[in-house]
Amino acid sequence: MKATLVKLNRKLGDKLYSGAFLAPSFIGVMTFFIAPFFVVIYYAMIDSPVRQNFVWFDNFERVLGNWAFQTAAQHTIMFSAIAVPLAVALALGLAVLLEQKIPAKSQLRTFFLSPMMVPVASIVLIWQVLFHQNGAVNDLLSTIGSATGWFSYERFYTLSDGRVINQWIDWFSSGYNQFPIVLLFLWKNLGYNMILFMAALNNIPKDLIEVAQIEGGGAFYIFRTVKMRFLSPTILFVTILSLINSFRVFREVFLLTGAHPYGGLYMLQHYMNNMFEALDFQSLAAAAIIMCIVMIGIIGLLFLIESRYGKDVEG
Amino acid sequence: MRKKHLIRRTLMTAVAVFFAVLFLMPTVLTIANSFMSQAEITANYGVIFGSASEGAYMSERVNLKLIPDMVTFQQYNTALIQSPDYLLRFWRSIRLVAPIVVVQVLVASLAAYSFTRFRGRWKEILFFSYIILMLMPYQVTLVPNFLIARTFNLIDRDWSILLPGFVAPFSVFLLTKFMRRIPISYIEAAKLDGAGEFQIYRRIALPLCRSALYSVVILVFIDYWNMVELPLIMLSDPDTHPLSVFLSRINREEIGVAFALATLYMIPTLLMFLHGEEYLIEGITYSGGIKG
Repeated sequence: MKATLVKLNRKLGDKLYSGAFLAPSFIGVMTFFIAPFFVVIYYAMIDSPVRQNFVWFDNFERVLGNWAFQTAAQHTIMFSAIAVPLAVALALGLAVLLEQKIPAKSQLRTFFLSPMMVPVASIVLIWQVLFHQNGAVNDLLSTIGSATGWFSYERFYTLSDGRVINQWIDWFSSGYNQFPIVLLFLWKNLGYNMILFMAALNNIPKDLIEVAQIEGGGAFYIFRTVKMRFLSPTILFVTILSLINSFRVFREVFLLTGAHPYGGLYMLQHYMNNMFEALDFQSLAAAAIIMCIVMIGIIGLLFLIESRYGKDVEG
Repeated sequence: MRKKHLIRRTLMTAVAVFFAVLFLMPTVLTIANSFMSQAEITANYGVIFGSASEGAYMSERVNLKLIPDMVTFQQYNTALIQSPDYLLRFWRSIRLVAPIVVVQVLVASLAAYSFTRFRGRWKEILFFSYIILMLMPYQVTLVPNFLIARTFNLIDRDWSILLPGFVAPFSVFLLTKFMRRIPISYIEAAKLDGAGEFQIYRRIALPLCRSALYSVVILVFIDYWNMVELPLIMLSDPDTHPLSVFLSRINREEIGVAFALATLYMIPTLLMFLHGEEYLIEGITYSGGIKG
């Protein structure tokens, strides 16, 4: 009888300790994230905070059918579709590059990783200088064009009526405006992804590679048949991580082009900001839930991959 | 065969150096520009920012220069000494970020200890929801944050940014992953010696996680040093925005000062990076793979 009492006591004590350590975090997360999310669900289903009539899915239909939401979603998807494959492929390339016998590897790694620690706000100015219509990138393109004679990229063009126009691409307000943002995204994120790939490359059993080498496999053959096998879970993981990160690119877009960017850069977060300004909580709530569902789908995929490959992905 | 190796090696090195230059260039150019005089800035970038005052020389095309014609601290003088406004902004950023880093890591280390020591089905489910929450973009989490801030009347006050920051789940996740690697025998031994849970946390778990704590501090700091979304939504007065938002809005006539401010703004994070690169890499490696 006494033994069980002690046991019970210990269990209870453990529970108390467990709760005490967790309490600050748990209470905070509940108050600021999870509990209000139920309010968000409620808001998404009523017609207005004043009348509070249940309209079920009307708000969702309205948001999904909204032109601004559709364009914003389209732009976000387009950005991710361009940026994510590049972020994965180039990062893998850099990781493989740093595996080769080249000098000053650790310095190179530092250089590749450094953009991650440079605040976006600090780099915005130089990005504007580079990609402005009269900026350095256009200048460089024009110089390359005329120096090699391969193409002509003159700044000024005289129309038939004598007016002179600037025909250089305006990188921030034309159809090309996702381009500088993609570059900024890559610049910032490649280092992080590279480190993940380097860890994965490190975890490949050395003896397997040695056997392949003794058998006479070339470097590329070994990469394709042996290393890719071990890398594939990491590739999937990095892909999904980059996808999640690409949804956060609003930061860069906002700092570069302000609250009302030209066409292709109107992202979902811009839509949300406009709704915040208009205090349209019904649309906000519905949009947040739609995005939450999409994210849960993506995260579910991530977990599925992890449980499939289990320990392979572990650092 | 040897010659082929040499060519290959040279080629690889060339590619690596090319990328290294691309990666370094924006940072280096920003720093270099911050040492230029106003006249030189106008001459170089007048084409873009169109800020030439009467009679100032302005180059017809953009002039990217790595080395200023004359190194001057004029811009820093303006940014730091002449107009206290900028320094105040910097201080705003610190006042918003520093408490978040300290409290978030503290709260998270307690929670991580709980997730490490006391496991069970409900705890696993809870940890799982922390991970999901961590991966959610701002578009999703801002709405609940905003509703709560409005309910508690926190809008336009720093608490609307600080409080959600204190309890953000990212560092809980990372610290738990680190702590779960501590051999259970250490903890059992301490228990046999009569140490209480809090003592084990203080004297064993925390010291063993020192490198992890540092990498979490770096990652959390850079994340909040960059904050844009929260201040935009929570603080309606642009004058109260931190430097991360303000830098993008800075007056085009003050482009030279902006370069100096941008450089000042990257100093804390770059110092952390140079000092703790190994820890940062360890932290990133651990964040790969999201299961505990």
